[in-house]
Amino acid sequence: MLELILISTLNGMLFGMLLFLMASGLTLIFSMMGVLNFAHASFYMLGAFFGFQISRYVGFWPALVLAPVVVGVIGALVERYGLRNVHRHGHVAELLFTFGLAFVIEEIVQMVWGKAPVDYRVPALLDFTAFTVFSTNYPAYKLFMLLISIAIFIALLAVLTRTRVGLIIQAALTHPNMVAMLGHNVPRVFMLVFGSGCALAAVAGVIAGPALVTQANMAGLLGPILFVVVVVGGLGSLVGAFAASLLIGLIQTFAVSVNASLADLLGTFGLVLDTRSSLSELSNVTVAQIAPVIPYLLLVLILILRPTGLFGTRDT
Amino acid sequence: MRYPNALRVCLILPVLCFVSIHASAQDTVKIAYIDPLSGGGASIGEVGLKTFQFLADEINAKGGVLGKKLEIVGYDNKLNPQESLVQVQKAIDAGIRIVTQGNGSSVAAAISDFAAKFNERNPGKEFLYLNYAAVDPVLTNDKCNYWHFRWDANSDIKMEALTNHMKTRPNIKKLYLINQDYSFGQSVRSEARKMLGAKRPDIQVVGDELHPLLKITDFAPYIAKIKASGADSVITGNWGQDFALLLKAAADAGLQVDWYTYYAGGTGGPTAIKQSGVNHRVFQIAEGFANIPHQASQDFEKALRTKYDFGLFYPRAVNQIRMLVAAINEAKSLEAPKIAAKLEAMKFDVFTGGEGFMRKDDHQFFQPMYIASFGERNDKEPFDEEKTGWGWRVVTKLDTANTMLPTTCKMDRPS
Repeated sequence: MLELILISTLNGMLFGMLLFLMASGLTLIFSMMGVLNFAHASFYMLGAFFGFQISRYVGFWPALVLAPVVVGVIGALVERYGLRNVHRHGHVAELLFTFGLAFVIEEIVQMVWGKAPVDYRVPALLDFTAFTVFSTNYPAYKLFMLLISIAIFIALLAVLTRTRVGLIIQAALTHPNMVAMLGHNVPRVFMLVFGSGCALAAVAGVIAGPALVTQANMAGLLGPILFVVVVVGGLGSLVGAFAASLLIGLIQTFAVSVNASLADLLGTFGLVLDTRSSLSELSNVTVAQIAPVIPYLLLVLILILRPTGLFGTRDT
Repeated sequence: MRYPNALRVCLILPVLCFVSIHASAQDTVKIAYIDPLSGGGASIGEVGLKTFQFLADEINAKGGVLGKKLEIVGYDNKLNPQESLVQVQKAIDAGIRIVTQGNGSSVAAAISDFAAKFNERNPGKEFLYLNYAAVDPVLTNDKCNYWHFRWDANSDIKMEALTNHMKTRPNIKKLYLINQDYSFGQSVRSEARKMLGAKRPDIQVVGDELHPLLKITDFAPYIAKIKASGADSVITGNWGQDFALLLKAAADAGLQVDWYTYYAGGTGGPTAIKQSGVNHRVFQIAEGFANIPHQASQDFEKALRTKYDFGLFYPRAVNQIRMLVAAINEAKSLEAPKIAAKLEAMKFDVFTGGEGFMRKDDHQFFQPMYIASFGERNDKEPFDEEKTGWGWRVVTKLDTANTMLPTTCKMDRPS
C-alpha cells in the first residue's frame, strides 16, 4: 500500500509538473491579453515533433534547447502578425483565431509527420533505472523530467519577481494601460510573453514526447485539461497554476488506484441496490473508471463555487 | 486547340464524362477498408491497409478476379461508429459493394446493423460486410446478421482456448484483469472470470480494471496498481497503443508477471515486450504466427517482409481475401447476395495449414488456433518481430473441432 502511495505520488507530481509547464504560459497569456489561447497545446505538440526531428540529426540535448527556441519564435511571429491584427476586432475574433490555428497546426503536423505515432526514444544516457522503491523501478528519464520542470518553475518565479522584465510583466498583467502610459512598449511585452509561453509549452513537448506518445492527436488529448488547470488555479496566477497542476496530476493518478464505487459507499450505510435495476449498472462504476472525468467535474464545481479560481485575484 | 478533344467534350457535356468515369470504375473490384487511419488507432489501421493491399496485389498478379483487378480503398473512420457509417455510405455512393473493417467491436456492431437495414431497403444494391478482427461474440450470436461474415475467432473462442491453457499452469495464483472500457474489453473480463471460475476456482482475481479506449498515454498509475495487488499473471484484451504503452510502463517499473493476451503482436507490442525483458512470459492466442512450420505461410511471410517493414499480423485477412475471391469465382458474379450465398458454409484450406469452414448458422469462421509465447528464438524459428531478435514460439495448437462453441444466432435470411 505504501509502495502504491509513493509511486502514485511520484507519477502524479510528474504529470502535474508537465501540466504546469504548459499552464504557466497559458495563464500568463490569458491574463495579459484576455485571450484564451486554444492553440497552446498545439505548440506543445510542435515542441514534441520538432524535438523528435532535431534529435534525429544532432541528438536529444541540442534538441532540448533548439526546439523550444524555434517554437518560441513561431509563437512570437503568430502574435506579431496574426493575433495583433485580429486584436482590433475584439476578443471573440482572437478566440476564433487561436481556435482555427489549433486545427491548422494539427493538419500541418499530420501532413509532415503522418497520422501514426513517431518513434521518439528516450536518450540512451537517461535510459536506466534511477532508483527502486520497494520493488518498483523509477526510470531516470522520469526523474529528469521532474527536475527540469521544477528548475523551470523556479527560474520563472525568479524572473517574474526579481527582474525588471518581470516587474513590467506583472504590472502589465493588472494595469496594461498604465504601463503603456509610462512609456513601455506593451505590444512588445505581449509578443515576448506569447513567445516565451509557447517556448515553455514546447519544452514540455520535447521532454514529454519520448515518455508519452508523440502523435498528431497529442494536443487534443492534453488541451482540454490545460483549461481546467488555468481556471482552477485562478487566471493569471502563476502560483495558482502550479498548485492546480499538481492537484490535478495527483487527483488523476490517485483516482486510478481507487476501486470504490457508489455501490460500496451505499453498502457502508447498509443500502443494497437491486442488481436488476438500471441504477445498479451506474452504481458499480468505480472511481478508477471515471478518473478521466474528475478534472472536468472539478472545473464545473470551481466555476460555480469560486469563479476566480483557487488563487485568482480578479475575475475577467 | 488548347484543350485535348476528350477534355473539350467534358467541358461541353459533363454528363458524358460521368458515364465514362463510371465505366472505368467497373474494371476494378473495389473493397472499402474502413478503419482508423488517424489518431490513437492509426498505427494498426495503416498496417491493416497495407496488408490488404499486399493481398490484393497477390491476387492481381495471378490475373485478378473475373478478369478484373482487386483494389483496396482506405476510408478513415477515426475509430468512431458514427463516422464509420458516414464512410460506409461514401463507399456505397462510390459504387463499392464489399466493405471490410476490423478494429473496434462497437464500430463493427454499427456497420453490421447498418448493413442489415440498408440491404433490406435497397434491393439490388446490397453490400457485404467482411469483418477481419472485431471479436465481440454478440456479432455472431444475438446480433448476428446475414450480411456480416467474421474471419477472426470471436472473443469467447479465444478465451476458451486461453483458459484451457492457463488451467494447466499451476504457477498462476493471483490474476489481474485490465481491459479497454468498451464492448470487447467488457466481454473479455466477464468471460475470463466465468471460465476461470469454472476451470480453476483456486485462482484469485486480485484486480479487475477497465480504462478508456486509446486515450491513456501513460499507464504508470495502472502498473503501480497491478504491482500493489501482488498479481503473478495478467489477462488483457488490449490492442494497438493500449497494449504497447501498457507493456512500456511495465518495463519502466520493472513489473515481472505472465501476460495472457489477444493482441501482444500488434504494432509496438513486441518492442515493448523486449524492453520489459519478460522472456517467453507473454502469451498470445491467434489463428497464425510467422514461425508456424508451414512452407506456404512462411513463404508469404518472407515476401511481405521484403516489401514492408512489418510481419503478418492478420493471417485471417489472407483467408478472408482468398475465400472472397473463391466465392466470386464460384458465383461468377459481383453481386453481394450471390457472393454471400457461396461464402456461407464454404470450406477452405487455411493459410497456416489445416481446414477451416464458415459456419452457415452464424457466419463465424472456424479454423485451427494457436497459443504462442514471445521470447528468444531457436534455430527452427526463422522470424523475429520488429527487429527485436525475439520471436513467437507455438506452445499449443487447437484443431478446428476443438474451437467450436455453440451459437444463439437465429439467422434471418433474405428470401
